[in-house]
Amino acid sequence: MRPRDLLCPKPAGLYCPPGDFYIDPVRPVPRALVTHGHSDHARAGHGAVLATQQTLDIMGLRYGEDFAGSTQAAAFGETIQVNGVDVTFHPAGHVLGSAQICVDHGGTRIVASGDYKRRPDATSQPFEPIRCDVFITEATFGLPVFRHPPDTHEIGKLIRSTEQFPERAHLVGAYALGKAQRVIRLIRDAGYERPVFIHGALAKLCDYYQSEGIDLGDLRPATVEGGAKGDFAGAIVVGPPSAFADRWARRFPDPISAFASGWMRIRQRAKQGGVELPLIISDHSDWDELLETIVETGASEIWVTHGREEALVRWCELQGIAAKALHLVGYEDEGD
Amino acid sequence: MNRFAELLDRLVLTPARNGKLTLLVDYFRTVEDPDRGYALAAITGDLSIAAIKPAMLRTLVTERMDPVLFGYSYDYVGDLAETVSLVWPELPPERKPNHAPTLGEVVDALQSASRSDGPTVLARLLDSAGIEARFAIIKLVTGGLRIGVSARLAKQALADFGKVDVAEIEELWHGLKPPYNELFAWLEGKAPKPEKAAKALFRPVMLSNPVEDRDLEKLEPADYAAEWKWDGIRVQAVSEGGIRRLYSRTGDDVSGAFPDLVDAMDFSAALDGELLVGDPREATGTFSDLQQRLNRKSVSPKIREKFPAFMRCYDILQLGEEDLRPLPFIERRKRLEAFIATLDPRRFDLSPLAPFTNWEDLNRMRTSPPHPIIEGVMLKRLDSPYLAGRPKGPWFKWKRDPHTVDAVLMYAQRGHGKRSSFYSDYTFGVWQGALGEEELVPVGKAYFGFTDEELKQIDKFVRDNTIERFGPVRSVRADRDNGLVLEVAFEGLNRSTRHKSGVAMRFPRISRLRWDKPTIEADRIETLRAMLD
Repeated sequence: MRPRDLLCPKPAGLYCPPGDFYIDPVRPVPRALVTHGHSDHARAGHGAVLATQQTLDIMGLRYGEDFAGSTQAAAFGETIQVNGVDVTFHPAGHVLGSAQICVDHGGTRIVASGDYKRRPDATSQPFEPIRCDVFITEATFGLPVFRHPPDTHEIGKLIRSTEQFPERAHLVGAYALGKAQRVIRLIRDAGYERPVFIHGALAKLCDYYQSEGIDLGDLRPATVEGGAKGDFAGAIVVGPPSAFADRWARRFPDPISAFASGWMRIRQRAKQGGVELPLIISDHSDWDELLETIVETGASEIWVTHGREEALVRWCELQGIAAKALHLVGYEDEGD
Repeated sequence: MNRFAELLDRLVLTPARNGKLTLLVDYFRTVEDPDRGYALAAITGDLSIAAIKPAMLRTLVTERMDPVLFGYSYDYVGDLAETVSLVWPELPPERKPNHAPTLGEVVDALQSASRSDGPTVLARLLDSAGIEARFAIIKLVTGGLRIGVSARLAKQALADFGKVDVAEIEELWHGLKPPYNELFAWLEGKAPKPEKAAKALFRPVMLSNPVEDRDLEKLEPADYAAEWKWDGIRVQAVSEGGIRRLYSRTGDDVSGAFPDLVDAMDFSAALDGELLVGDPREATGTFSDLQQRLNRKSVSPKIREKFPAFMRCYDILQLGEEDLRPLPFIERRKRLEAFIATLDPRRFDLSPLAPFTNWEDLNRMRTSPPHPIIEGVMLKRLDSPYLAGRPKGPWFKWKRDPHTVDAVLMYAQRGHGKRSSFYSDYTFGVWQGALGEEELVPVGKAYFGFTDEELKQIDKFVRDNTIERFGPVRSVRADRDNGLVLEVAFEGLNRSTRHKSGVAMRFPRISRLRWDKPTIEADRIETLRAMLD
């Protein structure tokens, strides 16, 4: 079977004609397979959703229990038949429960990796490379300039800054699902035992991670109920990046704004966002890891989605690997 | 190297002065010699390293990676040093040196490299470093750290670090060399204060504050002396133990450009004054004349003869072995008058006092000074010692009102930094040519003087009236019937052969937007030419 007959881009997302399902559709469809819980990949309103239990749980937390007509949990490594097409979920290492979806039919195997990273992360199952004919890769950081440093180094910068500026609150912007919990866990792994304060938008997901056995330590709401500004001097406060531009942030004493994202690799990004302490911590693969993964899958053809496709396509061409950009719409190529 | 690289990154992103000071002090406290000293020298601009040109950097990197991928990368990042630091290929672990170079080693390697092997040495250093360190190395070799830290701020950080007065640091500064081991030892209390090793050191200059709205009513005219404010270059002439130095007001040694003046410094003293050209006994040259002598590495005898440099003296800081700075102004002035009388009158004269009885008097003198190169008056408190820096109270400057002209906006260019999405740099022109056939000729460029609200209005006007684009520059509709008139204030005008209009403005800024004024009523070039000194 030709790969393009097994999976092809449609306005609603990547579609499998023989299996009659979509992967990560961006609008409501009768049957959806979802790689992970980020809102641009996991949307509410589908007829049936097949995803890992943790992704289903996260969708339930975000959209309410009735986010889909019916749900089915896929265990990692277990092959499920959907209208005669074999699908298998494998860990993607992106956030808790995130998966690559392997679609195997008529002698052709395609792996749709969703978003993935290769670095060890205590809050997510580690990525497993899967041999395949076609590998569909994201390209969020698909330029040679993106090379993520070790996350422990970045957290070290944060902790040193709390020692240098003990009178200032350290506001760490981090996306509510995945990044926030990973950052908190890294802070704990660095030996920081004081309470970490969190914005209300993070509470449900942090509770969920803790209930899944990921220890985040002493978390407290970042509210100043009758307290004084000085209560947060030297404290680490984690919240969604949007909150820090808001009045919410003004309650803290002379805050230092930090932002945990792969985008912080580019100085101008940090500068334009008024970020004083950029923390280059990403849940996506960096350039070197994208290349390494492409080689490891042994795929003879690479399809590139959301991000900076042209550089990755160029690199594949130089290596003699067929590659094309899929031009799927609706995914945030900036989210990290 | 990594600590230095991290310091640079933190300084760039830390807007507050106190935050920068904390970072610098912390760095001085936790980093060893000689690295901290080299870092200091890099920040104050006292580190001399043979420069590598951007084109060479680009060549080095495209020898090592696909030029197309480099092109995508550079387009995305927009900064050459940063792009190269990020894309530079990492050596495989077995080929990577197991020692990452320290800042001291990097500086040594770069300083001992000859011009021809500079690129090779640089490439080897980049191979051995990580991303952040590579960025810092490239910044060192391409010159200009651009981290928003002045030499003055770095010295303040040293003062905070050692809990001493910043004037003490400034006074020692010119006798010290990177990596400043003896300075740090003193600041840490491990060694005595370094002797003033060199002779003829720079003394930190005393500066004045502008007279503001209600300052004068609080002051007593009898407490102050007034003198003319000369529009030259503030300098300090120091001659001690056979060493002669001419310093700018920031302490840069400018002796090389003024050998004629330095030759005449056959005394043992430190003088504060204004560098001017001409013969003080006959005529003082204009600022345009003075410019013939500025920013030149060497001066031809012809130029030297045509525009001889001299110093019009304001103050005396040292005479022989005696430090006169603690004396009151009136006392120093007496010493100065006596001392100047002993010097070569072609090279040194006295800035005369301008007697006045009340502020109205002084105001009249200020607005119609007796010489075109006077830009206002100075007020000096009679009982004040000579203090480093800009203390409020003892010295004031009261400048002549700036010149203004009505000009028409011709081109607008995108700004930088927080103005990067706005057209905020404006080129404006005035009319020339016969009546009925006027055309605009550009006379200057300004990028400040307007409020944020006015910036938005001009930006909208530029976008609505663009007739042509050249990269970041837009050409704006400007003719007899259409266009925006800007009132431009400026400090002075020079003759210019570089500009089509033949004039160049000093310190132009937008003083008002004249939405009300028809473009054809803007000024003509003849008006400007008449203002030429």
